[in-house]
Amino acid sequence: MAWEIVIGLEIHTQLATKSKIFSGSPTQYGATPNSQASLVDLGYPGVLPVLNQSVVHMAIKFGLATDCEISRRSVFARKNYFYPDLPKGYQISQYELPIVHSGHLDIVLDDGNIKTIGITRAHLEEDAGKSLHEDFQGLSGIDLNRTGTPLLEIVSEPDLRSAGEAGTYMRSIHKLVRYLGISDGNMQEGSFRCDANVSIRKKGEKKLGTRTELKNLNSFRFVEKAIRVEVERQIDLLEDGGKITQETRLYDADNNETRPMRSKEEANDYRYFPDPDLLPVIINDELIENVRAELPELPNARTKRLIRDHGISDSMAEELTSSPAIADYFEEATKNTPHVPAKRIGNLIQRELSAALNREGLSIEESKISPSMIGKLAQKIEDNTVSASAASTVFDEIWKTGGTSNVDSIIEKHGLKQITDMHTIEAMVDDVIINNPEQIIQFKNGKEKVIGFLVGQVMKESKGKANPQNVNQLLRSKLSSS
Amino acid sequence: MHDATIAHLAQSLKDRTVSSKELTKHFLERISRLDTSLNSFITVCEEEALAQAESADERLATGDVTPLTGIPIAHKDIFCTEGVKTSCGSRILDNFISPYDATVVSKLKAAGAVMLGKTNMDEFAMGSSNETSFYGVVHNPWDTTRVPGGSSGGSAAAVAAQLVSGATGTDTGGSIRQPAALTGITGLKPTYGRVSRYGMVAFASSLDQAGTLTKTAEDSALMLQAMAGADERDSTSLSATVPDFSKVQKGAWENITIGVPDNFFDDSLDTKNAQLVKEALSVFEKLGARIKDIHLKHIHLSVPVYYVVAPAEASSNLSRFDGVRFGHRSEHAENLTEFYMKTRGEGFGSEVKRRILTGTYVLSAGYYDAYYLQAQKVRQLISQDFAEAFKTVDVIAGPTTPTPAFRIGQKTDDPIQMYLNDMYTIGAPLAGLPALSMPCGFINNLPVGLQLIGPHLSEEKLLKAGYYYQQETDWHNFVPPGYEA
Repeated sequence: MAWEIVIGLEIHTQLATKSKIFSGSPTQYGATPNSQASLVDLGYPGVLPVLNQSVVHMAIKFGLATDCEISRRSVFARKNYFYPDLPKGYQISQYELPIVHSGHLDIVLDDGNIKTIGITRAHLEEDAGKSLHEDFQGLSGIDLNRTGTPLLEIVSEPDLRSAGEAGTYMRSIHKLVRYLGISDGNMQEGSFRCDANVSIRKKGEKKLGTRTELKNLNSFRFVEKAIRVEVERQIDLLEDGGKITQETRLYDADNNETRPMRSKEEANDYRYFPDPDLLPVIINDELIENVRAELPELPNARTKRLIRDHGISDSMAEELTSSPAIADYFEEATKNTPHVPAKRIGNLIQRELSAALNREGLSIEESKISPSMIGKLAQKIEDNTVSASAASTVFDEIWKTGGTSNVDSIIEKHGLKQITDMHTIEAMVDDVIINNPEQIIQFKNGKEKVIGFLVGQVMKESKGKANPQNVNQLLRSKLSSS
Repeated sequence: MHDATIAHLAQSLKDRTVSSKELTKHFLERISRLDTSLNSFITVCEEEALAQAESADERLATGDVTPLTGIPIAHKDIFCTEGVKTSCGSRILDNFISPYDATVVSKLKAAGAVMLGKTNMDEFAMGSSNETSFYGVVHNPWDTTRVPGGSSGGSAAAVAAQLVSGATGTDTGGSIRQPAALTGITGLKPTYGRVSRYGMVAFASSLDQAGTLTKTAEDSALMLQAMAGADERDSTSLSATVPDFSKVQKGAWENITIGVPDNFFDDSLDTKNAQLVKEALSVFEKLGARIKDIHLKHIHLSVPVYYVVAPAEASSNLSRFDGVRFGHRSEHAENLTEFYMKTRGEGFGSEVKRRILTGTYVLSAGYYDAYYLQAQKVRQLISQDFAEAFKTVDVIAGPTTPTPAFRIGQKTDDPIQMYLNDMYTIGAPLAGLPALSMPCGFINNLPVGLQLIGPHLSEEKLLKAGYYYQQETDWHNFVPPGYEA
C-alpha cells in the first residue's frame, strides 16, 4: 500500500540574549549549577517577571523574515504543571495569542526544487531547568541555570512529506536564525532542538492520520533517523491491522527506535491562562519598521545573489552561505581581486580554510588568515605565480605563523614560485619518461589514466612548482611524437 | 505617645521632644504587655527595631528626614523582609527567612520608618476573619470574642489597640478595608499598580494591592507617599507620577458629588449600619458635597466573579510552594508525587486548599470558558459600570461591611457566609479602583466603616474627603477599652 508521510516540526530556538527572558541573570552556558539563578529564576515568594524587551525585537525579526503576521498585541500565559526543575510550578509561554503567526519559508529540496513550508506561529517562552538523575544516589539534582532562558518556539504546518524534507526544513530554519543573529544555533548546548509530529495516511486521503510526537531531537541527523524509524513503525502497525495511539515518544539513538514516554508525563491538563504579572506585548508600526530596517540579507536571497554576482555554482553558493560569517568572509575575500574568478576563492575557503578550521576546532571568525590574504593567494594561482598545490603549502605556512607573514614573502622564502621556464620543465619531463618505462608503454597501449601518474611524478620532482597543465601538455606531445 | 497620630509623632520627633528610640521602646512594651490577648503579631523584631530607631535618631539629628523617619510601623507578614521570617500566615513558610526586602519594605525603610515586626494574617491572605492563620486567630480589641476581620487582621488589630502607629496591609477583595472597618480604623487600598507588588507574596496577582492601616486619612497619606510609585521590578506598577499627598490636609475642601449606589443598601445590610452610613453622608452634605443616587448594574455579581478569578490565580501562584527550594518539606515521601502531596498537604491549611481546588477546577479543560472566561467578561462589565458612574460622580460611597465584627467561629463552617462579608469591598479591586474605609460609628460598641471608592489614581481625592470627614467627626479617635493606657 502507498502511504503518505505527514510531518510538522516544533523548533525550540534559544534566543541569543545576554540576560534571561524575565530576569537579569546571565544566560551563559556551562556555568556551575545554580550559579546563574536569581530569586526570580528560583521562583521565590513575591518575585515578579519583567520582560526582556530584546526578545520582542528578535521575534519580530524572525516574523518579518518568514512573512509572518506580527501580532500587534500578544499575551503571555501560564502553562501549569509540577516538576522540580520548574520552580514556579508554571512555565510562562504564549498560548492563544503568539507574537507572530501565519508565515512561510521556502526550502530547497535535494532535487533542486523549491518547496514552501507554512509556519503556523512562533511564540516566546521561558526554558525550564535541568534535572540530573545520575550522580546523586537515589536523589535527583536540580540545576536552575537554564531556567528562564528565552526560547522562540517555531511551529510549522504539517507540510513536510519525508524525513529528508524535515531535515532540510530544520537546517533552513537553523541557517535563518543564525543569519538573523537571533540564536547561536548551538545544538550541542541545546540552543536549537525540535519536536516532530509524525503521522501517515493512505495516498490520496485528505484526513490526517493519528500523530505521535517525537520529543527533544537535538541534531539534524537524529531528526531524520527518528522520523524514518517512527514512520516504519507506524506503517508496520497499520499494515498489521493495528491502530496508532496519539502519544509522546522519545527517540533512542543507541537502539534506533522510538519509545512512548511515561504516560504520567503526558496526562497533563496545563490549565493555561493569561499571566496577570505581565502586560500584553504591544507592538506598533514604528517598532516593526525599525526592526525591518535592521534585517540582514536573508540566506535564500544571499545564495541567489552570490550565484548571480560571482558566477559560482549553486552548490558552492549554498555551502558558502551556510552561515553569514562564511558568506561575509567569502565576499570580503573577493574584494580587490576583480580578475580572479570567485570560484578560486570559494575553493580555497571550502578546502584549505575549512580543513584548517576543523583541525583546530575554530570558527571562521577565529581564522588565522584574513579574507584579503585568501584573495591574494587566489590571485597568485590565477596569474600562475604558484600552482594550486603550491598554494596549499603557502596557506599552511601562513597559518603556521598565525597569519602574520604575507603571501609574497612565504612564496619567496620557500621557493614556491611556479616554474615557467619551459626548458627546466622539459628536463624534468624527460627524466620522468626515462625513469618510468613501464608506464610509458601502458600509456602508449591506450591506458589514458597513466598520464595522471606521470604528471604527478613531474610535479613531485618540481616540488609542486611546475604548472601541471604545462606538464600535461608537454608529456602528451613528447609521448605522441616519440 | 501611643494615642498620637503619625502626623503628630512626626512633629514631636522633628522637634526632638521625643526620640525614635523612646517611641520604639514604648510600643515594644505595649506589644509585649497587650498582644497576648490579641495575637496580632507573628514576629516582633525587638533588636532590629531598636537598631533602626537609633539610626533614625541619628538621621533626625541631621534634619534630613521624611514624615516617617523614626515612626514605628508593622508589616503584614505577606511582605518579604530580609533576614526576618516571612510566613504569610502559613505553615508552609513557617521556616522561611526572606533573603530580600519587598519594594514596599525597602521604600518604608528608606523613609526611615522603624519596623516593629510582622503582623498576623489569614493564611496567604485568604480569609475575612483572620481565623485561617497557622499562627492562630487574631482577636478584635473591641471585643476579644470577635474577629478583627481579614486578611490584614493583625495589622488592623495592632493599629486599633495602639500597639503601633500604622501598618501595611494588602487588599485583594477587601483585606484592608474590611478589617479597618471592623476595628474602627482607617484603611486605604490604592489603585491597582499604584504601589509595587514586588516582594509581596502573591495571592491573586490581578487584584492584590498593598495599602495602609492607620488611625486617620492624614496618616494614610503620609504612608502612601513613601510606598507609592513605579517599580521596574513590577511590570504592572503604574508609571503615573505620585502626587504630593501632604496637600491632602493643606488644600481647601472642594465640593464633590458623591454617588450612592442603591445596590449597597440591600437586605444584607444591617439596618443600623445603613443608618450610620447615611449619617456619614449627611456630614459630607454639610461640608457642601452633593449626594446622588446611582445604580451599579452588575455589582451583585462581584462575589461570584471574585471567587472564580482569585482562586484561579491563586492555584497557579501557590504552585511554587513545593518544598523543593524553600519552605516546609515533607520528610515522609517515597517518591516525587508523594513528595508534592505530603509537602503541600501538610503545609497548607483547609481554606487555602479549598481555593487551590476551586481555582484548579475553573481553569481545567472543559470548564475554563464557562468559569474563568465568563468571570473575566463579567469583571469587565463591573469595571464599565464604575467607569460609567464616575462620569457623573467624583466618588462612590457606601458601607464597608454588611455588619460589625462577628464572633470567632461564627462563620468558619460556612464559607459562603464568610465570603459574603466582602460583598461591598470586592467591586473596587475587580475594577482596580482605589477605596478608603473610615470609622463612621458604633453598633453595640462595635465599630463600622464608611467606604469611599474613587476613579483610577484618585487617592488624593479620597484622602482629602477622608481628611475633611475626620475633621468633622471623632469616630477615629475612639480607642477600644483596655487599650487606652
